[in-house]
Amino acid sequence: MAEKTQDAIIISDKDNVATALKNLAKGTKVLARGDILTMEVNLKDDIAFGHKFALYDILSGSDIIKYGAVIGRATQDIKKGEHAHLHNIEGARGRGDKK
Amino acid sequence: MKFMGYTRSNGTVGVRNHLLILSTVACANNPVRNIAQQLTGAVPITHQNGCGHLPREAERVHRTLVGYGSNPNVGACIVVGLGCEVIQTKKVAEEIAQTGKSVACILIQESGGTINATAEGVRIGREMLSELSKQQREEHDISDLILALECGGSDAASGITANPAIGVASDLLVKQGGTSVLSETQELIGAENLLAERAVNKKVAEDIINIVKRAEQSSLNFGVDIRSTNPGPGNKEGGITTLEEKSIGAAHKGGNAVIQEVVEYAVKPSKKGLIIMDTPGTDVDSVTGILAGGAQVCVFSTGRGTPVGAPIAPVIKIVSNTQTYHSMKENIDINAGKIIDGFCTVQDIGKEIFNEIIEVCNGKMTKAEQLGCGEFAIYRDSPTQ
Repeated sequence: MAEKTQDAIIISDKDNVATALKNLAKGTKVLARGDILTMEVNLKDDIAFGHKFALYDILSGSDIIKYGAVIGRATQDIKKGEHAHLHNIEGARGRGDKK
Repeated sequence: MKFMGYTRSNGTVGVRNHLLILSTVACANNPVRNIAQQLTGAVPITHQNGCGHLPREAERVHRTLVGYGSNPNVGACIVVGLGCEVIQTKKVAEEIAQTGKSVACILIQESGGTINATAEGVRIGREMLSELSKQQREEHDISDLILALECGGSDAASGITANPAIGVASDLLVKQGGTSVLSETQELIGAENLLAERAVNKKVAEDIINIVKRAEQSSLNFGVDIRSTNPGPGNKEGGITTLEEKSIGAAHKGGNAVIQEVVEYAVKPSKKGLIIMDTPGTDVDSVTGILAGGAQVCVFSTGRGTPVGAPIAPVIKIVSNTQTYHSMKENIDINAGKIIDGFCTVQDIGKEIFNEIIEVCNGKMTKAEQLGCGEFAIYRDSPTQ
């Protein structure tokens, strides 16, 4: 599956985020690979191993897709190459605080 | 494929041959510890339950204790209670004895105090150990195995490496007639539709949706964002943002097999193949429930690293990344981080896990067993009265 040169993985071609497979530095151009899709992305933030970055510009309120499935929604606009995590994504499930 | 296990008279097969000293109530924990201390290799189970339970929970605690004592890895069992508690010790002992194994029951009030109860337990336990030591392993088909699937301290790599590799191993076992139990209902929130599509029939699909709905509702009832507890702080630091993300990663442990049945906590599956047990997201409670449902061996993925084991069953720890593998090597059996490093595929690690399961069932000790990591906790969701 993975190759040594791989910086990040696109798990499903439907995904709009990639997952870093190593610590990646802001300002670098990285290679995100999926089974079919390979993308070069200029990182706008440092991305730690296991953390996600946007593969496309994502509008506030849009679904975040990983594993080809909805894992949450954007709480603000997320630009391609930006860190996608707690500060700009919320879960849609188990939201007792929103009742 | 075959493995070498201990034949039980009820047709089940153990991969270990433990003498269990089982407390049925917190009040009996002291003699349980003392009895086990005196008997080489005996496994004490102490806990804070046994009294003051509301009926539904009393039934669950009772079922868990009976299931634990009945687990095929337990060769003989001494059940120790106080005498006046809600969980009836004699009934627990009687039900465990229905498996055909040697079972003794000790009540502190009937024995006349701690010292007599302890002495009685040591005398009976020594004879049980003598009998257990004469039993030999025999060849059995791996279709007799029930595998517990668990994850704890996950990171974002868990859903890419360790969990899909466990899924490969689980599918291999299921294809050869064995049983795998996926668990932790809260951590299926967001993955329930993907799982329901794989249900053997409409009833099982509905069961999957319903247990997830209940788990989500219990969080909604507290009026909080589920993310205040799940994903936990370590999950988030590891890159997991939402529970849905964690759940879809976690569900990979179940591979691609058809889901045959949904069972309640600590209930033995009536079907073979892939099963879902309705357990909480807390690892120790969850593993306890699956073992009480008859599983003999557990595979457990982690990203952040966890030492958790089980008192009566080997727990094989699979780590998702090489960094944690090196920092917690003494607690980890297999490094699935090799997939990210580019040395192996998910299939390769899946086969490695499957082979390890067989070796461990044949008697190889896991890291958790070597270090005496053996945790026990019963799932509770009601206040003690």
